[in-house]
Amino acid sequence: MLSDQDRIFTNLYGLHSPGLEAARKRGAWDGTKFLLEMGRDWIIEEMKTSGLRGRGGAGFPTGLKWSFMPKKSDGRPHYLVVNADESEPGTCKDREIMRHDPHLLIEGCMLASFAMDAHACYVYIRGEYVAEKHALQKAVDEAYEARLVGQDNVHGYPFDIYVHHGAGAYICGEETALIESLEGKKGMPRLKPPFPANMGLYGCPTTVNNVESIAVAGTILRRGGAWFAGIGGKNNTGTKLFCVSGHVNKPCNVEEELGITFRELIDKHCGGMRGGWDNLLCSIPGGSSVPLVPAEQIIDAKMDFDTLRNLGSGLGTAAVIVLDRSTDIVQAIARIAYFYKHESCGQCTPCREGTGWMWRVMLRMAEGRAQKREIDMLFDVTKQIEGHTICALGDAAAWPIQGLIRHYRPEIEKRIDRYSANPHPDPVPMAAE
Amino acid sequence: MANRRLAPAAEQPESFAFTPENAEWAQGQIAKYPEGRQASAVIPLLWKAQEQNGGWLPRAAIEAVADQLGMPHIRVLEVATFYTMFALEPVGRYWIQVCGTVPCDSCGARELKAMLQERLGPPGHVSPDGNFSWLEVECLGACCNAPMAQINHDYYEDLTPESLGRLMDDLAAGRPVKTGSQTGRHSSEPEGAVATLQDPSLFDGSRIGAWRKRFEETRTEEGAQDEAAASERQAAVNPKPARPDAGRTVERPVADAPAQRAAAGEAPVKPEDQAAAAERGHSTAKHGEARPTDAPVLDTPAERAVAGEPAAAEAGAQSALRRDEVPPQPEASGASEGEVAAEAEESRIAEKLAGLPRDATPEQRADAVGTRPAALPAARAGAPDALTRIKGIGPGNERRLHDLGIYHFDQIAAWTRDEIAWVGTYLAFPGRIDREDWVGQARALSR
Repeated sequence: MLSDQDRIFTNLYGLHSPGLEAARKRGAWDGTKFLLEMGRDWIIEEMKTSGLRGRGGAGFPTGLKWSFMPKKSDGRPHYLVVNADESEPGTCKDREIMRHDPHLLIEGCMLASFAMDAHACYVYIRGEYVAEKHALQKAVDEAYEARLVGQDNVHGYPFDIYVHHGAGAYICGEETALIESLEGKKGMPRLKPPFPANMGLYGCPTTVNNVESIAVAGTILRRGGAWFAGIGGKNNTGTKLFCVSGHVNKPCNVEEELGITFRELIDKHCGGMRGGWDNLLCSIPGGSSVPLVPAEQIIDAKMDFDTLRNLGSGLGTAAVIVLDRSTDIVQAIARIAYFYKHESCGQCTPCREGTGWMWRVMLRMAEGRAQKREIDMLFDVTKQIEGHTICALGDAAAWPIQGLIRHYRPEIEKRIDRYSANPHPDPVPMAAE
Repeated sequence: MANRRLAPAAEQPESFAFTPENAEWAQGQIAKYPEGRQASAVIPLLWKAQEQNGGWLPRAAIEAVADQLGMPHIRVLEVATFYTMFALEPVGRYWIQVCGTVPCDSCGARELKAMLQERLGPPGHVSPDGNFSWLEVECLGACCNAPMAQINHDYYEDLTPESLGRLMDDLAAGRPVKTGSQTGRHSSEPEGAVATLQDPSLFDGSRIGAWRKRFEETRTEEGAQDEAAASERQAAVNPKPARPDAGRTVERPVADAPAQRAAAGEAPVKPEDQAAAAERGHSTAKHGEARPTDAPVLDTPAERAVAGEPAAAEAGAQSALRRDEVPPQPEASGASEGEVAAEAEESRIAEKLAGLPRDATPEQRADAVGTRPAALPAARAGAPDALTRIKGIGPGNERRLHDLGIYHFDQIAAWTRDEIAWVGTYLAFPGRIDREDWVGQARALSR
């Protein structure tokens, strides 16, 4: 188990005050000026050394992302945009950072902005997080009052931070859709290139980072990239907030080392599996976008990017959804398919039409009211959606269904058999209804 | 996608205007965004309008916001119908949004929905007393406290049908209710005793400043190296003894960070790069094969940078950071390797272009990033190849390629990286040549 001394989010559960004084005692804003004086290149190098991979799902190395920003402004301002549009089903970590440890985030914004020569930062919070928005705004006001940020601050680097909020669109978690939304448009992803680092918010160089990636920056710089890299394994370094939900005895958020095994994570922090380990059916280890992993494969797997990728899934946002044997797995994946149908922005045809089609077929399969050959057809359609859309939502909609067919095909067939053994008066519609 | 329409005309109010208090608040929101970017405030303003209008958004409010922000009405209608938190039809005094996505679904959201269905009828209808309406929504991001619901602005977590029923009774009767977990949890900690974050030294301030130790240790070592390297560098261009300036970052004003130094024509300097630069400049025998063959001794980027040539300084910054090489990538990152390389290349080119005046000609811009491919005076045998057979080259581009003296597939097939960058920049299509694989196509066609 990770030692308390190595945890970054020391007020994760809000058992202490989120205010500035208490945050300072916990180590936020400690020597920020000193870190800034080490210079921009030092900050980026240190972030690269730490091996920090973006905590928003894609796992792109944060230091590298920062280094993509132009070294020198061509007259356009640079922006940092913090992605706090946390909507991946299963994920509820950024919320705790914003309401309980907001000063770590604000300090991280200052450091990251400095490293990218940005003087303004927008934090885009999902609209539903009203309390979190107020909590963060309160912390920002405190920071302005203490002159930690602002045009004339004690750090000598003019820096403004603004809290912005959305209005309930999952797609705005995609970085270019978020930028569109922040510009006051519908949240529809943009084609890349140009990448945001050259042409982002208001056509200016912009970097979009997840809340957790930014909030850990201060501590990493203070204690050193080497310290962070020493936790976890190669390519999968550091600590990570895991959000464990579903059928465990005590669902919770917890900060743990990347590479902790699934079993240890559940036993140590979540009071064990509901009904014992034999009751585990499968887990969706990284938020609803990643394929599920059946019990026998996940149970002793390391929870990190590479191990889970090799299992045909992914760490995503480390939102671990645990499902036991009472779960109707086909129905659960059908529910996920509905989620993507609901959240598709409608821009690309394969996703707009495909998500609804897949959901309707999944609904019938959950009942067994389908043909066995439609399983292959469904799999084929997921392959035609995957990779044929502007953003990754099409992929995210396809993967859970692919995971289901890969691991639970006999279950779907069993239902079809059961249904056809008890003929229903309704005719069986074909897939292309 | 959800199909969302405005409420029927009969329910739409005649007009809408912000209260003076809200109008002032709106001005504060608009001020957050740069001049001319007031459209950014559209979501906050619509939100406030919805709040003022009892929880739903009428057409008049949408149009009022559009007028205030100087946006066409249709743009704001698009926004209002796209984002699902804008209720386009009247809602109850308490609008209950039950999360129905998988983590909540597997922990009892179905029972909550059944209870609401029984008590309030189908979703989307206001109860006869005007108190409630409900809706199943997608993940609200409180999954460790499933199942949960949002009532107006507040989250109510760890619900059961009974506790949600009690909550509704209390709200309807105007009794105070507790937001958050309904089972006594503080937030998303594990129920009961919390095993982590118990060390008192995390909270009493005793760890403040402890981290500085590592800087004090490394600083003494590095300082010595820095000074040696700096004086060596200094000696290369100016044999007079100079005051070493490296290794004193603490005393520097923050405005003198590397970004500013680069802007002032100095390369951002790291000790190892200085050492490498010095090595290249001085010991020709040892690393002869590793350095550019025709580089004169005094022409390493670092030295030119010190000498204050701006263009060279840019090159110095490039080489010091090795931005043209893509650092080793962990494979699982969401972006593919190709995308990473493309992004690195694009950022390298953009950075070089940033150093040019804005009125630079296409040739100047292209020269800054690559080398001009060799030109033919005229097509061989007077018969140019049909370059438009390459996907991505149309008649216009073909003409411009002819102007560059490029007439044949084999010329394109032989382009180097630098030449691709040059042509891409000249035609103002950064990255497109690679994306459409002109070179590969030309190679196939020239056979």
